[in-house]
Amino acid sequence: MKRRNLLKLPMAAAALSLIASGALAQDETTVIGVSIPSATHGFMGGLNWHAQDTIDRLEATYDNLDFVLSTAGDPGKQVSDIEDMLATRNIDALVVLPFESEPLTDPVKMVKEEGKFVTVVDRGLAEDGIEDLYVAGDNTAFGRVAGEYFRDNLDAGAKIVVLRGIPTTLDNERVDAFQAALEGSDKEILDMQHGNWNRDDAFNVMQDYLAKYPEIDAVWAADDDMAIGVLEAIAQAGREDEMVVVGGAGMKEIVSRIMESDPQLPVNVTYPPALISSAIEMTALNFVSNAPMTGRYIISSQLITPENAEQYYFPDSPF
Amino acid sequence: MKRIDLHLLGPLIALIGLFILGALLNPAFLAPANLSNVLARSAFIGLIAVGMTFVITQGGLDLSVGSMAAFLAGITIMAMNALVGVTGENWGTILLGMGVALAGGAMAGYVNGALITKARIEAFIVTLGTMGIFRSLVTWLADGGTLSLDSGLRSIYRPVYYGGIGWITWPIITFAIVAVLGEWVMRHTRFGRHVEAIGSNDRVARYSAVDVARVRLLTYVLLGTLVGLATILYVPRLGSASGSTGVLWELEAIAAVIIGGTALKGGRGRVWGTVVGVLILSMIDNILNLTDLVSPYLNGAIQGVIIVLAVVLQREKRAAE
Repeated sequence: MKRRNLLKLPMAAAALSLIASGALAQDETTVIGVSIPSATHGFMGGLNWHAQDTIDRLEATYDNLDFVLSTAGDPGKQVSDIEDMLATRNIDALVVLPFESEPLTDPVKMVKEEGKFVTVVDRGLAEDGIEDLYVAGDNTAFGRVAGEYFRDNLDAGAKIVVLRGIPTTLDNERVDAFQAALEGSDKEILDMQHGNWNRDDAFNVMQDYLAKYPEIDAVWAADDDMAIGVLEAIAQAGREDEMVVVGGAGMKEIVSRIMESDPQLPVNVTYPPALISSAIEMTALNFVSNAPMTGRYIISSQLITPENAEQYYFPDSPF
Repeated sequence: MKRIDLHLLGPLIALIGLFILGALLNPAFLAPANLSNVLARSAFIGLIAVGMTFVITQGGLDLSVGSMAAFLAGITIMAMNALVGVTGENWGTILLGMGVALAGGAMAGYVNGALITKARIEAFIVTLGTMGIFRSLVTWLADGGTLSLDSGLRSIYRPVYYGGIGWITWPIITFAIVAVLGEWVMRHTRFGRHVEAIGSNDRVARYSAVDVARVRLLTYVLLGTLVGLATILYVPRLGSASGSTGVLWELEAIAAVIIGGTALKGGRGRVWGTVVGVLILSMIDNILNLTDLVSPYLNGAIQGVIIVLAVVLQREKRAAE
């Protein structure tokens, strides 16, 4: 007797779920897939937090919106995630921050060919015209704004060292724009090495810079995770008063020090991890409003100064 | 007259060569502050590599140490931040944090070792698994961001990395002591001899009444504890841990062990060689940063060439034996 009852239970559950999914299909829920890199770096941690936060808020606001969020540690996993979303979740739209442009181009193109709405975030695809909506930060402006700050605010003949990120086209764009902004000025770039957007690597590279150059007036750390490592190396050498450090992306600890007018950290340049929120929100609006949501949306990089720092401070974000 | 054992000296020759090269390329290389930096940086990988020498010598492998270091740094910081409300901002809290790091390391090592020896799963597979587990756990604990140590504790704890006797800082002293002890244990204790015996032939070792499983398990616990010790020195440096802490440390530690002349298939371990290997690796990094010899894109390639060369140097000498 008992055994028979136990066997009935899963069958009843299966029948129930069939009915439920039939009901769901009827009231036309829109499913939006979101595929982003996993949180292995401060900036990506912030981006993950903003993505989750936005999804929770939108799901609470709109009953007929459903989200599938997946995070991937490499391009291969991301491609599988997207295939799974198409095959098993029947998504209506995809918001994707490609881990790398080339390997993600064809899989995203396939999603588009299935007639889904595609939003590409930050890193573009290798082929133009695939996505409906493109939301990105401005890497050129990111480098240019920092370069212009150095050009206009450092003394004549000032010596600058640069910490680059992981060798990528994105890093090249930033560094090229930075150099272009300084071109023709009387400021000198002494050295550029890769700190790989990593605190420990940046710490090591900065220690070596400090050993190599007796005179350094400014450091472009290009990323706030790297700036933390740089600041430690400078403190160890006891040369805090000699140089200013400009990071980037607006980490909350750095922004709060700018709010307090720390002379070592005069400014920062934004590259908001919240850009994923803009992308998800605009994609959602495409389904719940009549506003046209296609095209390109570039979030420009702003200079964070002690005067405006407060509006860039998010105490709850992990970044 | 005893013939000079050239194949033993391979890595040492490479290290001396690098040292001379560094001094010729940039006089700043020999400044005490620079040497102190390079040695202190080497200490993390160095401590881990000493433990790794025992694991590899007994024929095992541990791929999880980098992730384990990140995880231990994470729980150490969280424990101290939680304790500061109870015990206050003082050395007591920091000592408790250090205890968490050491105990956590020993426990993590025990888990690895128990899965390998008791559940009889290949070391490569077990530690590949725990590598992913530890890395995910620290990312999860940090909520994808960074765990930072309470700033009051930070300033008390800071001298553990930056302070010392003159320019010989605590990480250097710790590394030196552990290296000497490690060499002594490997050469002159029963444990060390058992480790080598198991690595060269575990069946013969078992017939010779060596408790193979127990010795193997102990090498993983030793390695875990040393990872904990490395964490104790790492946390005061930047006062933080995140998902990107300790990435690829396991490969650096394994590379240092192999450069130092320990056989990857086990049976012969040289702790002093491992120390030389660690120094070679971090010195290349330093020299490349101090000079503009090659494009920064090629730094990895230069390191790769020197790793292979150091090992080739030994192999040739061994074949000529």
